[in-house]
Amino acid sequence: MAVLVVAEHDNSELYDVTLHAVSAALKMGGPVEMLVAGSGCAAVAEACAKTADVERVLVADDPAYQHPLPENLAPLIVELAGSYSHVVAAATTFGKNVMPRVSALLDVSQISEISDVISEDTYERPIYAGNALARVQSSDSIKVVTVRTTKFDAASTEGGSAAVEKVDAAPPGGGARFVEQNLSESDRPELTSARIVVSGGRGVGSAEDFQMIEHLAATLNAAVGASRAAVDAGYVPNDYQVGQTGKVVAPDLYIAVGISGAIQHLAGMKDSKVIAAINSDEEAPIFQVADYGLVADLFEAVPKLTEALK
Amino acid sequence: MKILVGVKRVLDPYVRAYVKPDGSGVDLSNAKMSMNPFDEIAVEQAVRLKEAGVAEEVIAVSIGPAKSEETIRTALAMGADRGVLVESEPDLEPLAVAKILKQVVEDESVQLVLLGKQAIDDDCNQTGQSLAALLGWPQGTFASGVELADDKAKVVREIDGGLETIELDLPAVVTVDLRLNEPRHASLPNIMKAKKKQVDKKAAADLGLDLAPRMKVLHVSEPEARQEGVRVGSVEELVDKLKNEAKVI
Ligand SMILES: Cc1cc2nc3c(=O)[nH]c(=O)nc-3n(C[C@H](O)[C@H](O)[C@H](O)COP(=O)(O)OP(=O)(O)OC[C@H]3O[C@@H](n4cnc5c(N)ncnc54)[C@H](O)[C@@H]3O)c2cc1C
Ligand SMILES: Nc1ncnc2c1ncn2[C@@H]1O[C@H](COP(=O)(O)O)[C@@H](O)[C@H]1O
Repeated sequence: MAVLVVAEHDNSELYDVTLHAVSAALKMGGPVEMLVAGSGCAAVAEACAKTADVERVLVADDPAYQHPLPENLAPLIVELAGSYSHVVAAATTFGKNVMPRVSALLDVSQISEISDVISEDTYERPIYAGNALARVQSSDSIKVVTVRTTKFDAASTEGGSAAVEKVDAAPPGGGARFVEQNLSESDRPELTSARIVVSGGRGVGSAEDFQMIEHLAATLNAAVGASRAAVDAGYVPNDYQVGQTGKVVAPDLYIAVGISGAIQHLAGMKDSKVIAAINSDEEAPIFQVADYGLVADLFEAVPKLTEALK
Repeated sequence: MKILVGVKRVLDPYVRAYVKPDGSGVDLSNAKMSMNPFDEIAVEQAVRLKEAGVAEEVIAVSIGPAKSEETIRTALAMGADRGVLVESEPDLEPLAVAKILKQVVEDESVQLVLLGKQAIDDDCNQTGQSLAALLGWPQGTFASGVELADDKAKVVREIDGGLETIELDLPAVVTVDLRLNEPRHASLPNIMKAKKKQVDKKAAADLGLDLAPRMKVLHVSEPEARQEGVRVGSVEELVDKLKNEAKVI
């Protein structure tokens, strides 16, 4: 039986995160197919069809799917799920919103945010903020799985030539309406896929001073992240939060500035290839995971570092 | 309107989780346990809605071992009116928890369910969405804003790109995120008062639901620890290491 990957997109572009989910799906056994549910989403379907090793793309193009409301999407996915062994999505706020609704309607237990595929029914997933790894085996007939994208490479956006087939919309669940979106504007690369991430914490002290972090990031063409404390204090928007309950990143280089290194923060960045930390407290736990630790006042060190890298 | 709040007893967020040497799970014997932090935020929101006159009653429900009553008492001390303890073995899967919650929702004729977005032990992030599905209700997940008026809930959601606002017809399930509010600390008099509030107890096994686990935990292990690296003495040295040793810039 085939594996169905639910595509995440904005009706014009397929999001990168889904390519990582495709790679995970390819390890689960059967051929991989994709579902694009959207409105005016032909370009997304085309991108899916070109994705390497994807064999078929189902498109449900309907105004009900203009915005990814789980009340409308879940009935569609459930209708299709019967022909698949697995239904897979990236563990993003989209996947986390929709997939548990799908699994409950199918009366199966979702396997959340897997970090590895051991076999078609056995997976590894981090629990307790990544302080433990659980190897779990599912006995459900359909496996509903969300994927930690940093743990799987992106499937290639070229080389595929999947057939694109239309499917009918399912009766929408209703009861929920989209009102508006306020997306954070940034010229910086996207946090979860950037090669370099510079993150600031409470030590940065204010929204104004967070500009320092932005400048350093701009110099490195890096994405900007933050600790929960920096987000709570209003230095930066919520979508900058890295950690157990924010975003998980694993860039080539992660620079933590004025971040103490609480377990909840480490959960979101400790798979980074190289970690550098700047902190004035030599005892800060962040140094225990840092490849390069600089004990310094960030207000001196960050401008100097930015200058040196120009 | 009645509000149901789900409160889970979990390992305290500021305590380290240790894996048992036999790989059967995380060692919780003698560990400090607390209310799941997101659930504190859910309780706070429910109590505020009651204080604002929007809700008449706030019911706190916990599913788990008998000790989960402590977690319910914490919610009662924060201002919830009464509790429901559904005794079960620990580590029920979210699907099973959602089935039990559905039963409680129906028994109590609840209009709004407030849950945490995620339990910080299993890190599943499923229960609210699954409960909404089982009830056939709309859902507002990862909420950083909740407003109720005219049988509708306006929910601001924290999503990967920023914020999204949706409108839900009540009844609905809302799962809360970190920025929704700052939960209060219960005062001593309120802790005393909470001891006298009513907590109904039932056994999960008596509910006639299929709660059988769908997943077998084969093994739990500690992740590979990162080695601590070196300290550099200056910004110049840091740049040099990043360029020439790590070769990442
Ligand atoms: C349920 C729950 C979920 C959570 N989820 C997350 C999450 O997803 N992500 C997350 O990050 N946190 C999360 N947290 C919060 C986490 O526990 C910490 O509170 C948070 O990470 C601390 O942020 P911080 O390191 O910026 O602040 P602090 O711990 O206050 O550290 C600030 C650091 O800045 C340093 N500093 C201060 N001034 C200077 C200076 N001038 N120069 C250099 N260094 C300086 C200090 O030495 C200190 O180490 C969560 C907590 C809970 C309970
Ligand atoms: N055993 C439980 N008892 C009460 N509420 C629970 C329980 N398990 C999960 N919940 C609720 O569901 C939320 C999400 O949990 P989870 O899906 O396990 O990440 C929690 O924050 C709680 O509000």
